[in-house]
Amino acid sequence: MIGIEHYLTVAAALFVIGIFGLFLNRKNVIIILMSVELMLLAVNINLVAFSAYLGDLVGQVFTLFVLTVAAAEAAIGLAILVCFFRNRGTIDVEDVNVMKG
Amino acid sequence: MSSADFAILAPEILLAVYAMLALLGAVYTRKDGLAPALVWITAILFVLVAAWIGLGGGGTDVAFNGLFIDDAFSRFGKVVVLLSAASILVMSQEYMARRGLLRFEYPVLVTLAAIGMMVMVSAGDLIALYMGLELQSLALYVVAALRRDSVKSTEAGLKYFVLGALSSGLLLYGASLTYGFAGTTLFSGIIEAAGEGTASLGLLFGLVFIAAGLAFKVSAAPFHMWTPDVYEGSPTPITAFFATAPKVAAMGLFARVVHDAFGGVVSDWTQIVALLSVASMFLGAVAAIGQTDIKRLMAYSSINHMGFALMGLASGTAFGVQAMLVYMAIYVTMNVGTFAFILTMEKDGVPVVRIDALNSYASREPTKALAVLVLMFSMAGVPPLVGFFGKFYVLSAAVQADMAWLAVLGVIASAIAAYYYLRIVYYMYFGEPSDALNGGRSPVLWGFLMASAAAMVLGVVNLFGVEGAAALAAQTLVN
Repeated sequence: MIGIEHYLTVAAALFVIGIFGLFLNRKNVIIILMSVELMLLAVNINLVAFSAYLGDLVGQVFTLFVLTVAAAEAAIGLAILVCFFRNRGTIDVEDVNVMKG
Repeated sequence: MSSADFAILAPEILLAVYAMLALLGAVYTRKDGLAPALVWITAILFVLVAAWIGLGGGGTDVAFNGLFIDDAFSRFGKVVVLLSAASILVMSQEYMARRGLLRFEYPVLVTLAAIGMMVMVSAGDLIALYMGLELQSLALYVVAALRRDSVKSTEAGLKYFVLGALSSGLLLYGASLTYGFAGTTLFSGIIEAAGEGTASLGLLFGLVFIAAGLAFKVSAAPFHMWTPDVYEGSPTPITAFFATAPKVAAMGLFARVVHDAFGGVVSDWTQIVALLSVASMFLGAVAAIGQTDIKRLMAYSSINHMGFALMGLASGTAFGVQAMLVYMAIYVTMNVGTFAFILTMEKDGVPVVRIDALNSYASREPTKALAVLVLMFSMAGVPPLVGFFGKFYVLSAAVQADMAWLAVLGVIASAIAAYYYLRIVYYMYFGEPSDALNGGRSPVLWGFLMASAAAMVLGVVNLFGVEGAAALAAQTLVN
């Protein structure tokens, strides 16, 4: 029997993988965007699982809002990334370092 | 969903419709040629809407079954946000026009960000909170990278985006846990589920994640790392915008969440907020000492100020919220004036941000140097000026809440921070002769600088009545 705990565990694991992807990754900014997406999807699993468990639709409505915002966020992130690439000619995380201190 | 609900949301709806019309109008007509007019229209609209909200009065209205709350607290936040955004728009006009940055998207994006901030301070539900926060953040990511052909500006936008998205993710994870363990996303339902003094472990996890997400947005240490880079890289008018309106909105949202949703478990979150407060005050004070770039210095200065504002919140009382609101209003006024000055710093038309460029500035521009001196003293919290009363307010809130240790740490941090504010004054009055700055004689910026400095002196009489409004706002929030 798969209960709420299993869903929450999967979501927590995905969320942590997302955070680690954000911080440990030294290669490519695109991977950061994927990690952010992973975090938001982990939250969605949480919301849908709670929604089914509680028998309350609000969680699923929240999920739809999160999905929409995640799409807008990815669009803006990619747009900024394209501008950055035009200026620097690279999207390696190590090269995002003009300002330090 | 009735017309009464829409009437409560009328200011936000008006601004949203205006933003869309302005975007369409500019795209289909003269594009960037329309930008100067749009900046003025937007600023005037902001002031009118602020007057409408501020003078409208009224009690507490709830729209859409609790999703959106219009009370004295939200009105205070909205008025400060709109007035500061309008000031920044007017200030940025000339600077951006001369550097080819004045695109028509700029006023539209600022309007959208302002709508997001208004929703943030009015949120009565986790969904409304998230939507307001994202509307604000997404618009701000874009304006940070407004100078598309500059490595620094796009890098600032990229860094802000990545860390902002991380903070939204943390906040959202906290919101999902809170929803699951409280069974509702409404703040009024969460406060019932959290109970008096005993929240379940799941709700506490939710609270911690939400607090971490919001700490990112107010740039409180240890979640501050984006601030110096974004402040340095963004065009200066945008930095001025970042330092004012979004900070007020995020701080308002923070107060709203901890009191409206978690008001029953005050002892649980005051420790978190007190920790954030101490870390921000000391990091902002110590890390700013070695800075040579005035925009980076202002970034650390704002981290330091956020620590003080959080101290008001950490006391967990209505008086603490009042102190926080007064502090934020004073902070915004000081920052508008200081950035009006930073915008005038230039040599042969090229912006200068090095602090040592201010050497012997007082001998060339005595009036402006005096105004900056007043602002710096006020930021440092030197007694007769208004900045001192802001600090005094939050310190006494902490003492009244039996957190004398927090107040003592605050005094120590403010003494350390005074060093770098006074260093700027030292450079201006006693620095070696130089002519690193010339030009920068915009009457608009001069007016803002002088008005802000005058407010720091004249405000000591009665703080321009901000106190009473803040007290009313705090009372409606904490009950």
